[in-house]
Amino acid sequence: MARVRTGVRAMGAVLAAVLGASLVGCSSTGGKRAEERAARAAAEGRAAVDTPRWTFAMVTHSGDGDTFWDIVQRGAEQAAVKDNIKFLYSHNDEAQQQAQLVQAAIDQKVDGLIVTLAKPDAMKDVVTKAVKAGIPVITVNSGSAESKRFGALTHIGQDESIAGEAVGEELNARGRKKALCILHEQGNVGHEQRCAGAKKTFDGQLQNLYVEGTNMPDVQASIEAKLQADKDIDAVVTLGAPFADAAVKAKRTAGSKAEIDTFDLNAKVATALQDKTLGFAVDQQPYLQGYEAVDLLWLYRYNGNVLGGGRPVLTGPQIITAKDAAELAQYTKRGTR
Amino acid sequence: MSTTAGPSAPAGADERLLRTSPLRRLLGRPELGSVVGAAAVFIFFSIVADSFLRASSLGTVLYAASTIGIMAAPVALLMIGGEFDLSAGVLVTSSALISSMFSYQMTANVWVGVFVSLLVTLAIGAFNGFMLTRTKLPSFIITLGTFLMLTGLNLGFTKLISGTVSTKAIGDMEGFDSARKVFASQWTIGGVEFKVTILWWAVLVAIATWILLRTRFGNWIFAVGGEADAARAVGVPVIRTKIGLYLGVAFAAWVSGQHLLFSFDVVQSGEGVGNELIYIIAAVIGGCLITGGYGSAIGSAVGAFIFGMTSKGIVYAEWNPDWFKFFLGAMLLLATLLNAWVRKRAEATK
Repeated sequence: MARVRTGVRAMGAVLAAVLGASLVGCSSTGGKRAEERAARAAAEGRAAVDTPRWTFAMVTHSGDGDTFWDIVQRGAEQAAVKDNIKFLYSHNDEAQQQAQLVQAAIDQKVDGLIVTLAKPDAMKDVVTKAVKAGIPVITVNSGSAESKRFGALTHIGQDESIAGEAVGEELNARGRKKALCILHEQGNVGHEQRCAGAKKTFDGQLQNLYVEGTNMPDVQASIEAKLQADKDIDAVVTLGAPFADAAVKAKRTAGSKAEIDTFDLNAKVATALQDKTLGFAVDQQPYLQGYEAVDLLWLYRYNGNVLGGGRPVLTGPQIITAKDAAELAQYTKRGTR
Repeated sequence: MSTTAGPSAPAGADERLLRTSPLRRLLGRPELGSVVGAAAVFIFFSIVADSFLRASSLGTVLYAASTIGIMAAPVALLMIGGEFDLSAGVLVTSSALISSMFSYQMTANVWVGVFVSLLVTLAIGAFNGFMLTRTKLPSFIITLGTFLMLTGLNLGFTKLISGTVSTKAIGDMEGFDSARKVFASQWTIGGVEFKVTILWWAVLVAIATWILLRTRFGNWIFAVGGEADAARAVGVPVIRTKIGLYLGVAFAAWVSGQHLLFSFDVVQSGEGVGNELIYIIAAVIGGCLITGGYGSAIGSAVGAFIFGMTSKGIVYAEWNPDWFKFFLGAMLLLATLLNAWVRKRAEATK
């Protein structure tokens, strides 16, 4: 036991030494201080209206730690602050669990509900139940086809097929002949629709490649292998921003000339677009999906407004190239684009 | 086992002193089955995939194998010692997150973060070991708990500190370039790119093999894995051995984590879940018994190599990607079965 205690004490001493060293061994470039110096984050929000403090719940199919949903959530939270809304967020990537979370929101008698319909069949009962209970529902991101049928007011999001088609057209405009579509989640309907959409409008040949999204080195090695196997590939399209970077590395190692393009945006993608490492990015503006959902629910509560006229309100696709990237880079850094 | 000192038999009849032919000895090695399996997988993909045999492909396959192999080596040792570590996959991500966030938040030289991460990662490994030996609960439960806690901490802390679910880029900070050289550089030999992880992998496997076969600690590992109570009875420090094994896993997780950080610059907090099984699979294919007491570090390397060849060979073969997971599973199963069959044949000839 004595040995253990001295071990702990030694560890504490080392830790203290490290903390001390870190103050001396400062980095004069980058880091938190640089960021704080560079720009103060957007000012603390304050409610712009004096409507009653309604409670809105948002339940998504996001997995843990998904960058995309983080931005959606941020948009919703900022709209909630502005609209004097109490905002509740929950998520689960298992359809059954997501349905239970929606049920919990109904039990809480929320004043408005925002849900994603990634697995529409599993969500049908519980969403119609919410509508019957008199809770206005807005669907976001996925489920544009089912939204109206389930009784939702509006659907806000990008049509994945249309987004894919936009990619196919952009590839044509760039004179590409053989493209690779990287799917990082096997069995995700939205992913399949994107690649299928791109295949539809692309004049050249497009192949799908599945990779293990939770294992970045594996993603890189798989793309590398594919580029080595087929030297004719001149475009690689990844379906999520973090995977674009892995694709860039894979391209370099494989000695390929392919152009790397991606869905979604983040700080690294914005920089890579600027220095032309990436060709283009297709953004569906996740911030808008969260922000608009809360705002439209507020409008409905306050003023009976409905947007879209029964059709989905599209937030994308927006094709971003080097030209727009410079301006967007600052927004990606603060996590709203 | 050398530690079970039974009543000594007449010297001439002691089976341990019998001379065995080199071929016999080779057949008795735990990794033999996996080597045969690896050869089979290699020949298979050489035939079905044109680009599999290219030199540049070798670099890619070795890279894929090395990222698994770095972890599979200490995981194999742990399994020989009779324990599991389900937290190994997320621990890699934790390690990367800690060094990235510490450097960034403290605006410190990147190496400071790397060093802090080493300490914290080892502390988590020690926690697993202490909990295990203290509570006497199965390692399955202990490390499952650590796995869940780490998954939550990774997300919670990252979001709390950086406001988003991935870390900030630290590529422009001091010390990054030198750290990248150590953990994520690459060399070109004869036009083929080799990643530094391959070197780390080779060194870790060599060290693990040396520990296992040439040191007293190695004997202790076999002893505690075979029969912990008997080992304790003959004076093997069971607690220290097991904690040491968890520290080994933590060290390798630190190496992998730093590779993740310095090759991709930004770390996503949700990564790593599920990889712990891949490490265990690699060790099992390499001839480690799930029940402990038998296996080798070289075997884990061969297991990782089989995994790398299979997962990339499918891509080189350009098979319909819808069936990717099925092929992967079938190949792994076949390799393991072949491995078991060869081992049985080898033992029968003794």
